[in-house]
Amino acid sequence: MGGVGVSRRTILKASGAAAVGVFASPIRAAAPEPASITPDLIEAAKKEGKVIYYTSMDLPLSERLAKAFEAKYPGIAVRVERTGAERVFQRVGQEYASNIHAVDVVNSSDASHFIVWKRDSLLASFVPEDVAKYYPVEQRDRDGMFAAFRASLSVIGYNTRLVKPEDAPKSFADLLDPKWAGKIVKAHPGYSGTIMTATYEMSRDIGWDYFEKLAKQRVMQVQSASDPPKKLALGERSVMADGNEYVLFQLKESGGAVEPVYPTEGTPLIVSPNGLFKAAPNPNAARLFQSFCFSPECQQLMIDGGMRSFHGQIKDKPGHRPLDDVKAMKEDAAAVEQHGDEIKAHYVKIFRV
Amino acid sequence: MNLTLAVSASPARSTFRIDWSRPILVVVAAALCLLVVLPLGWLVYYSLHDRAGGFTLANFAQLATDPTFLDPLVTTAILAISSAAICCAVAAPMGWLVARTDMPLRKTVRALVMASFVTPPFLGAVAWELLAAPNSGLLNKIFRAATGAEPDDYLFNIYTLPGLIFVIACYTFPYVFVLVANALDRIPGDLEDASSILGGSAWTTAVRVTIPLAMPAVLAGALIAFLQAMTLFGSPAILALPAGFHTMTTKIWSLFQYPPKLELAAAASLPLLAVTVALLRAESFLLGRRGYSVVGGRQGDPRRVRLGPWRWVAFAATFVVLLNPVFLPYGALLNAVFSHVPSEFVSFDNLTLHNIKFVFFELSATGLAFKNTLILCTSTATIGTVMAVVIAYMTSRKAIAWHRALGFLATAPVAVPGIVLGVGLFLTYTRPPFVLYGTLWILLIAFVTIVLPFAYQQLQSAFRVVNPDIEEASRILGATRLGTLIHITAPLLRTSVIATWCFIFVGVIRELSAAIMLFTSETKVISVLIFDLNESGDLGAIAVIGIIMLVVTFAVVVLVNRIPGYGGERLRNA
Repeated sequence: MGGVGVSRRTILKASGAAAVGVFASPIRAAAPEPASITPDLIEAAKKEGKVIYYTSMDLPLSERLAKAFEAKYPGIAVRVERTGAERVFQRVGQEYASNIHAVDVVNSSDASHFIVWKRDSLLASFVPEDVAKYYPVEQRDRDGMFAAFRASLSVIGYNTRLVKPEDAPKSFADLLDPKWAGKIVKAHPGYSGTIMTATYEMSRDIGWDYFEKLAKQRVMQVQSASDPPKKLALGERSVMADGNEYVLFQLKESGGAVEPVYPTEGTPLIVSPNGLFKAAPNPNAARLFQSFCFSPECQQLMIDGGMRSFHGQIKDKPGHRPLDDVKAMKEDAAAVEQHGDEIKAHYVKIFRV
Repeated sequence: MNLTLAVSASPARSTFRIDWSRPILVVVAAALCLLVVLPLGWLVYYSLHDRAGGFTLANFAQLATDPTFLDPLVTTAILAISSAAICCAVAAPMGWLVARTDMPLRKTVRALVMASFVTPPFLGAVAWELLAAPNSGLLNKIFRAATGAEPDDYLFNIYTLPGLIFVIACYTFPYVFVLVANALDRIPGDLEDASSILGGSAWTTAVRVTIPLAMPAVLAGALIAFLQAMTLFGSPAILALPAGFHTMTTKIWSLFQYPPKLELAAAASLPLLAVTVALLRAESFLLGRRGYSVVGGRQGDPRRVRLGPWRWVAFAATFVVLLNPVFLPYGALLNAVFSHVPSEFVSFDNLTLHNIKFVFFELSATGLAFKNTLILCTSTATIGTVMAVVIAYMTSRKAIAWHRALGFLATAPVAVPGIVLGVGLFLTYTRPPFVLYGTLWILLIAFVTIVLPFAYQQLQSAFRVVNPDIEEASRILGATRLGTLIHITAPLLRTSVIATWCFIFVGVIRELSAAIMLFTSETKVISVLIFDLNESGDLGAIAVIGIIMLVVTFAVVVLVNRIPGYGGERLRNA
């Protein structure tokens, strides 16, 4: 699933353009040489003994990634610091403002954060061998500051015990039917990068009007994009208006009564890059971890967890609708970076929290 | 006493012996100023300035006109008043039943109220999500199974303002209960006896003697309950946000999210501070007038009202009340620990140890959070107790001039809600010269400030019962004040000191509202971890961590009860 479809504008082009705008200087360093995992790197990483990973990925999957790394490189502990992407961004910003450099590697489901971090010269340039060899150019930063570690969709979903397939909503517009009032759960763009990205794409493609009508449906407002699928599985709500496709897959495959819907208007695509901080306290362990994240082994782990991968050697999981068959909404990290604060403010005004 | 004065007034002695009390006073007073005055100063400063640093009243203007601030303000007022009313309606009769009647199992009831008292309110809120979420809540499932109601029907919806009020009242009523029960314990039965001897019926005695005597305690309890409900952060964040409304605390906290609006957060904190100060003044006015009720102290056990056959009815009613803060939530949490889906009843089909395995072997934040919490609990308890001992000694023995001011400073933090203190400390310690953000120190400062008033009051009342003669004897024999404190007074106060230490320890475990403003990834504590897990919907993991928290808390409380010479009697006064 190397090609992601030409129609989709990728974050890399967008963020590259933004960076050019900021660094008006004509001198640009050439993309760094790809780095392979050497015994020296492993040795140096082991001396550091730990790596701190800030991520917005759902906690159990993040911890599975951490355990896989620890099993492969014994002696290097991974500490996962998981919260919503917007919180990750706030946390990094606050910590750096107070001169606290705690984070080694960061992953955010709001790709626009990488534009800001790159612009503020916080990121280190490092290109794992797999990224150089197997990742499409549009999924890598041209200066090697970050690359698309994982991707997922923000889908509609329903509980199959509470809703018959023929009654399930087929589109975002269907959710506005009065029969769904009080039965919808939805995540928050002030917390979740996935929802932030999705809210931008949807407000652009189907308009704020949709959200204003949706807000009248007595929506249960949760924070994380991972929570709506969990609320569906609990049976707390029948339908989710947005949320992570990968968590829905996980729940479905472990026996949960949930089913994704790819709305006819298009499904928001969310690409989540990984990057290294220049001031990382464990720079070698960070490099090793970053390399591991893009390895086929780790990408397969992501696929098994319901994620999408841009790694050229990795195939979608059988039974998951291939990404190329999904009508995805166009991603535009630069626009999210530009309008993010307005989107949040507008959202809070409509939904009141 | 005269002799003591003569000795210490002797110029020969004072030149050779250093009395450390003065430097200690200076240090303690400076520390208290730093703890309280500095953060509040920055809070006021920020609220009156715009981002560029110019003076402005715009923050307050926005607060007073913007509906996104006015709505939470109104909600918070409704919330605090209703919770306080419910607490009084439920806890005052319960306090009377336990203190003044022959209702069975009175000690058990006291212990169970204590259990709800030490239960972290945010944990109770999560447990009530499991119980009374409209569709997946266990109670609603039982309701539907029992009545054959439609899948959409529900009995309870916890994601509403009444639901939130109910959950807050569940963990606030112990404040009223303890105050009322203690007051009734202390009111001598003689007055009631006199009333009945003079021909007053049981009803007349109740209306004209008992209730008026207990009234100040009830009102004081209502004020405390009001303040608790107004300043609580965890429960509204867990229950109000999904329902689509804010309270003042969640609103303040939301102003810290990206893009942060610190000036507005500071301005929004000040009304909470003002209301708290005003109500505490009202409380001390009320309690000050209560003097008559304790005249003569405790004169034997008050006569217990015989309830006859109503004994068991009263007990049943009490038990039903205690289902809500204790039995049902604990049951729901235990169920969630072992259930594959937290909202389903455990059965052989879905029994799992996965949640336990996840928390202990996969969740990489567990170890650090437990370690941080343990460090903070221990150090806050130790520092808080030591400070409280020193201050209580100086004020109760009038050891120095200005002892009143010292007492005031030590009690002042009670007027600063946790979330307001959190905002103030954040503004103070993320900027030079004291950049403490990102260290455990900033949390330590917050927690010591929060617990100090309680510790001080505990120890001050303990000092009152130690006869100063023994200390004076020590001083006459040449010991310094500090030596006397260490070798004479402290051992006499041992049980109170240990108990205070333990209660601070327990109090710090459940602190969330200041911690949520101040933590960083390296300084995360258990309460914040639970909050994080709730935001991503990992209820099974919360149940496991929550049960561990409760076990540790109860172990500490039971330990306090086992201290020789302490036990249940004093526990009531906590």
